[in-house]
Amino acid sequence: MESLLRLEKICKTFPGVVANDHVDLEILPGEIHALLGENGAGKTTLMNCVYGVYRPDSGTIYWKGRPVEIHQARDAIALGIGMVHQHFMLVPPLTVAENIILGLPSPREPLLDLKSASRQIRELAQSYGLPIEPDVPVWQLPVGVQQRVEILKALYRQAELLILDEPTAVLTPGEVEELFKVLRAFKEKGLSIIFISHKLEEVMTISDRITVMRAGKVVDTLPASRTNPRELARMMVGREVFLHIEKPPCTPGEVVLELENVRAQSDRDLPALKGISLQVRAGEIVGIAGVDGNGQTELAEVIAGLRRVTEGRIRVLGKDITNCMPKDIIDLGVAFVPPDRQHMGLLLDFTVSENLIGKSFDRPPFSRYGFLQRRFIENFCDGAIRSCDIRTPHAQVPVKLLSGGNQQKVVLARELSLQPKLLVASQPTRGLDVGATEYIRRQMVEARSAGTAILLISTELDEVLSLSDRIAVIYEGEIMGIMSAAEADLQEIGLLMAGSRAHVATGTPQTA
Amino acid sequence: MFSQLLEIFTSVAFYAAVIRLTAPLLLSAMGGLVAERSGIITFGMEGMMLMGAIGAAVGSYYTQSVLGGLVFAMLAGMFLAFLYGIMCVTVGANQVVSAVALNLGALGLSSTIFALVFSNKALGVVTEVVSVPSMRPVKIPLLGDIPILGDILFNQLPLVYIAFLAVPAVWFVLYRTTIGLKIRSVGEHPHAADTVGISVVRVRYLSVLFTGLMAGLAGALLSIGMLNTFQENMSAGRGFIAYTAIVFGKWEPFGILLGTLLFGLADAIQLRIQALNLPIPYQFWVAFPYIVTLLALVLFVGKATWPAASGQPFKRESK
Repeated sequence: MESLLRLEKICKTFPGVVANDHVDLEILPGEIHALLGENGAGKTTLMNCVYGVYRPDSGTIYWKGRPVEIHQARDAIALGIGMVHQHFMLVPPLTVAENIILGLPSPREPLLDLKSASRQIRELAQSYGLPIEPDVPVWQLPVGVQQRVEILKALYRQAELLILDEPTAVLTPGEVEELFKVLRAFKEKGLSIIFISHKLEEVMTISDRITVMRAGKVVDTLPASRTNPRELARMMVGREVFLHIEKPPCTPGEVVLELENVRAQSDRDLPALKGISLQVRAGEIVGIAGVDGNGQTELAEVIAGLRRVTEGRIRVLGKDITNCMPKDIIDLGVAFVPPDRQHMGLLLDFTVSENLIGKSFDRPPFSRYGFLQRRFIENFCDGAIRSCDIRTPHAQVPVKLLSGGNQQKVVLARELSLQPKLLVASQPTRGLDVGATEYIRRQMVEARSAGTAILLISTELDEVLSLSDRIAVIYEGEIMGIMSAAEADLQEIGLLMAGSRAHVATGTPQTA
Repeated sequence: MFSQLLEIFTSVAFYAAVIRLTAPLLLSAMGGLVAERSGIITFGMEGMMLMGAIGAAVGSYYTQSVLGGLVFAMLAGMFLAFLYGIMCVTVGANQVVSAVALNLGALGLSSTIFALVFSNKALGVVTEVVSVPSMRPVKIPLLGDIPILGDILFNQLPLVYIAFLAVPAVWFVLYRTTIGLKIRSVGEHPHAADTVGISVVRVRYLSVLFTGLMAGLAGALLSIGMLNTFQENMSAGRGFIAYTAIVFGKWEPFGILLGTLLFGLADAIQLRIQALNLPIPYQFWVAFPYIVTLLALVLFVGKATWPAASGQPFKRESK
């Protein structure tokens, strides 16, 4: 069979990084082809080359057997290539219809013809089983529906090849199944799909063939029927991976963190937390599961004192910290790993050493009478760098030059060096490679075994399941249910994440 | 004093002045709105207006026609806008800083051109009273004959009509045409616009040039509309007030119309009251419209909702 798309020896370098190194890839008509690899393996860069966002440094792209030049997205669209980016390329204040027709000539040029566009979009949506309301502003739609808009945008442009970049990252397990159904329907109709992912199970479920990438190179392309997750993981990481973390049994102590009916507003001044009640005890990890944007950020921020609580109480070790200053909360022994290490967690232009002492520089022995104690700080940082395996030439390197994994190690080393009573970790492994992820997770389990209470907020369900002693599911600012990890059932969690309480086992909330 | 005030507020001429003084703000703000919606901060309208004012005076002087003056005014405004485009679209410099530099540059440049064209060669300064052909009010047939309203609204300079007609026109372009959709998308999410094949650079350049054109016309209204000459720094902050009106109107054409009317009203009030010789220093009244501007922003606007990509340079390969 003639290939639809063929890439030959594609190379793309960014300053200091080889993102794609002589990559070959072939996509057949009507196949679902997974592109599997860790963050930073070069999957997205490769697809951005195909879609004209980047220009490859060398190599050739063949479309239906003919070499083509794709200088910009417009060229790719003209060929019949559609891409759904991981961060949606939708304009939030515009309506669904406006977003879909954006950039296309109108039949009544120069006037917009939204009415006939809406009608066409409805018809198209129906024919693919993707119901949509064309006149609603996109920002009002849930993420799953926004993704649908992105897919329709590509179909409306008559795409024959649909590139989906990490499409399941923002979906609940139920929505993922919906998406898979739709993708299979596309395949029936002869569309080809490139499915970018780093999740092994998903890739095994949905794809016909799998291409594994590592460090900018293609490791192998093989049919899904002739491989297994274990083999894929090894190809992806380059070594044997232990997907499971050893965890000694949990021995919960006194209540460290207690939230009582906490309410708070989001940045848009809409209710983000709607009466959250939760306890975390010493020596246990409580995981918050949920789809991104359901109040996780706000939850972490109210505990850290970064967001105003409008109602309810927060107590740490029995002391009321509701709407206290962050500094006072830190002094009580609360550590915080923010979801966005680059903006909140670190001062990127500051050195590793300055970041490591970022929360303790103003107290002895780090400083005396307002003077920083250089000798002590140096020793302290060298120790932290060694014990936490932070890969940096020395402590005086600006932290922005470190890799994501090492940056996160700096954050975690700083927070754990305070010997906290409570650690609030929000998305602690987001965007990290498997090695760093393993390390960060092990550190948290160690801290927990040493008696720290840990609130783990993560949108990676795997992470919550493998680390937590108890799991709370958050949906639209409410805790839908709390269960012990031992009795957690994936399907039930999935339903709760989607906001359905129908099958909630009464469980044993508040006790471990 | 009360009777004097009453006299002001019941006179037709006062309300005609409100309309007239609103017009330059409105012209400039409508031009600025388009660039603002494409993600460009139009802090440089002050300079563009000043360039328009000198351009109009020079053009009108050389061609001895008002039309010639208007063409020069538009070109002069667009010249400054083009420089601004280079700085904030092509180079990606900080827009507010670039705008401040251009405003200061325009202040010097306009005065220099004025001196070069009109000065007494021996002295190097403008000694005579310069007078160039200027616009005359055009009375609209029928509408102009309506009692009171006719004199307030329909016996004005041609550019005043254009200013007010620009409001529905800009609204229509922004919300009912494909180019309007492109402009809005570029101002909110340039990367999304880029991925569907819209040229962010072209949309932003065209939008900024349109701002220059409109601000240039606003300047012409000052020099060859309300007067028949140029004066140093004659825009006197009106470009900034037009910018404020955009914020006040929350980036919507009809909201901006309200804002400019408010500032036009304040300007008309201060002009009249100054003439009353009240025991208040006249400087207070000169500052009055600016104080109103400040109060309006603080009291009525609340939290502004900017176009999301406002002020951010667009670079394709930046992640």
